[in-house]
Amino acid sequence: MMLSRTADSLYWMGRYTERAGNLARGMQVALRMAGLAGSLGGGQEEWRRLLVAAGAEHGFRATGREATAGTVIAWLALDAENPSSIANCIEAARRNGRAVRTALTVDMWEALNDTWRELRAHAPGATAEDRLPGFLDWVRARTLLFNGAAADTMLRDDRWLFVHLGVMLERADNTARLLDAKHRALSGPEADSAIAYAEWQALLRSVSALRAYQWVYHERLEARLVADLLIFRPELPRSLLACHSRVARALEEVAARSDGRRGEPQRMSLEIHEGLRNGSIEAVMTAGLHDWLTGQIDRNLELGNAIQGLYLNG
Amino acid sequence: MTDTFDEMNGPGGVRPAYAGIAAWLAANGLDALGKKRTEAEALFRRVGITFAVYGEGGDPERLIPFVPIPRILARSEWDRLARGLTQRVRALNAFMADVYGAGEILRAGCVPRALVMENEAYRPEMAGFVPPAGVYSHISGIDLVRTGADEFYVLEDNCRTPSGVSYMLENREAMLRLFPGLCSDHRLMPVAHYPEELLTTLKEAAPPNCAGPPRVAILTPGHFNSAYYEHCFLADEMGVEVVEGHDLTVEDDVVYMRTTAGPRRVDVIYRRVDDEYLDPRVFKPDSMLGIPGVFAAYRAGNVTLANAPGAGIADDKAVYPYVPEMVRFYLGEEPILQNVPTYLCEREDERAYVLAHLHELVVKLARGSGGYGMLVGPHSTAAQREEFAARIAARPGDYIAQPTLALSTVPTLAGEAVAPRHVDLRPYVLMGKDVRIVPGGLTRVALREGSLVVNSSQGGGTKDTWVV
Repeated sequence: MMLSRTADSLYWMGRYTERAGNLARGMQVALRMAGLAGSLGGGQEEWRRLLVAAGAEHGFRATGREATAGTVIAWLALDAENPSSIANCIEAARRNGRAVRTALTVDMWEALNDTWRELRAHAPGATAEDRLPGFLDWVRARTLLFNGAAADTMLRDDRWLFVHLGVMLERADNTARLLDAKHRALSGPEADSAIAYAEWQALLRSVSALRAYQWVYHERLEARLVADLLIFRPELPRSLLACHSRVARALEEVAARSDGRRGEPQRMSLEIHEGLRNGSIEAVMTAGLHDWLTGQIDRNLELGNAIQGLYLNG
Repeated sequence: MTDTFDEMNGPGGVRPAYAGIAAWLAANGLDALGKKRTEAEALFRRVGITFAVYGEGGDPERLIPFVPIPRILARSEWDRLARGLTQRVRALNAFMADVYGAGEILRAGCVPRALVMENEAYRPEMAGFVPPAGVYSHISGIDLVRTGADEFYVLEDNCRTPSGVSYMLENREAMLRLFPGLCSDHRLMPVAHYPEELLTTLKEAAPPNCAGPPRVAILTPGHFNSAYYEHCFLADEMGVEVVEGHDLTVEDDVVYMRTTAGPRRVDVIYRRVDDEYLDPRVFKPDSMLGIPGVFAAYRAGNVTLANAPGAGIADDKAVYPYVPEMVRFYLGEEPILQNVPTYLCEREDERAYVLAHLHELVVKLARGSGGYGMLVGPHSTAAQREEFAARIAARPGDYIAQPTLALSTVPTLAGEAVAPRHVDLRPYVLMGKDVRIVPGGLTRVALREGSLVVNSSQGGGTKDTWVV
């Protein structure tokens, strides 16, 4: 049992830290694709897709800017107007952590606080072409450090469960969005082109799974298997199934630790988890990858709202 | 050596393929280039792509110097090279099938019988055996040099365990990261699919008794080997195990690897261990690196060794002069890629010519590698020439000589300036049921002014190779 406000801060601290790391991953891949784009004919499309994957297209369009490498990178990395820019994610994660400072271990707090302090040193010129790759590496490394500090030092009580819940739900959402941003390369008429192949590689790289693919399938890249890996393989830490099985388990433990009080979050989470455990990539492809993923993203959102409603708003 | 061909700066100004690079250099200057090089070196250190050099003191794990100015080939130039490479590797494989089989080219007198049969690289154990898919050299590194706009020569063939492909891949990753805009503008032909092409090639060479999907493993001599990083890198990229000899056992002519789940059958071994060390029962009896019984398993059709034992007969430097003849003999075609004219010191008339012209020839060991034991005539001292004359007289069969070619140059960051340096090119040619080549290859560059020796063990560096 813990204060709803504390749970809220821990949960969002986890979500924002994970989001910052995922944004950095997405941008690294977009940069690489842009480097190949000349030969593959992708062009600026890559940047628009990244905006969609980051859920930042709406806010960006409101600025009236044209989506080019420069404008999208600036918007996603540092723009103060974008609530989900990397800089704002780091800011929000630290703000949440600071509000519940005593609920964190020293290692977690230092990881969080140093990230925030170093960001201020990095920020001004971080998006210049020659500095951006190093900046994105740094963001990724800081997220890994925070997750490692939490996993290695936190007492496994309610506090841990809410941090974990935030990280896992954010990660599931990110994987679904990344897949959706590339659904044209994974299904439909574009799926056999040379550019599609590069897109699959890029998608796998963004979740550190290019080599994992080879270890799991021992096959040449195939759209169907790429989607299968990212949705249904339990051994890939960023697959939808892996994330949702951890969300479901965390929610069960939360219920067990709060006198069995349960509700919509558990019901919805189990439903999503069951759906993934019993699903198959063939069925998803038949139903249409884009429609299926849209459904997943909507349900992630609803699950987040249900968690917010039952536990965090108090 | 007066009319060296520079691949960027032609007689009529900057050649078209290099216009973008010339513009970048003019706009950004030396400082920016130096910074890019430092960044690249930090990247390579982090990834761990180092090359081990032993017995020379100093840092045993060295970086091969990386030069961040790419070497560029136009698409039309590459297409011609690719056709020539495909033709050459098909001929080399046909030659091996022949000399370990019917021996027709020997009977026809196109290649001297003694040169093959008495060659150290010839493995009599392979006679009468046809490897899976009839392929001997699955992975060939063909070293090319250029002397003019349309003049390419094959310097040597490597059909044993050619290395360096990980540099081709990592150099591209570094360039994509350091120069995203420049890469994008040049519409580079990609190379990142090499590991997949390699895996497909190895699977196509699965042995006849392989029932399910073939299980592939890379056999490494171990972490002291200079190319150990590459063995691990390729294994990881392909999703296969990297094994040492003692990880494998042979029972009833079947090869297994020891795993936590018990023995698991291995179907294809991409071996990066030399012939002599493969199987102590057949080759060197005291080899600790090999697997007793693996050769019998190979001949029983239960496992494939890639490249095949005995593939060295095709890349022997004394056999090299006959490769154009092989192309005509087996394929009935004229060779697209030319050989460098070569003098065999064991022939009396050619030896006399070599001894009289040492100051203008390159003399090489017929069976050397890595730039060791080599005399570069124009850069040699009288004492060195005398020493080589004595060595040639003592063991003429061990030496060949070639004219010093005016190797092409490419602008290179050398010390604090950009200056022309000599380069070669090693494309990697894969042969399973089909021939596959990723566009480009590894460009090696001699960093010392005027030097023609590009080997990394002799202070050479590497560049990314762009086909645009």
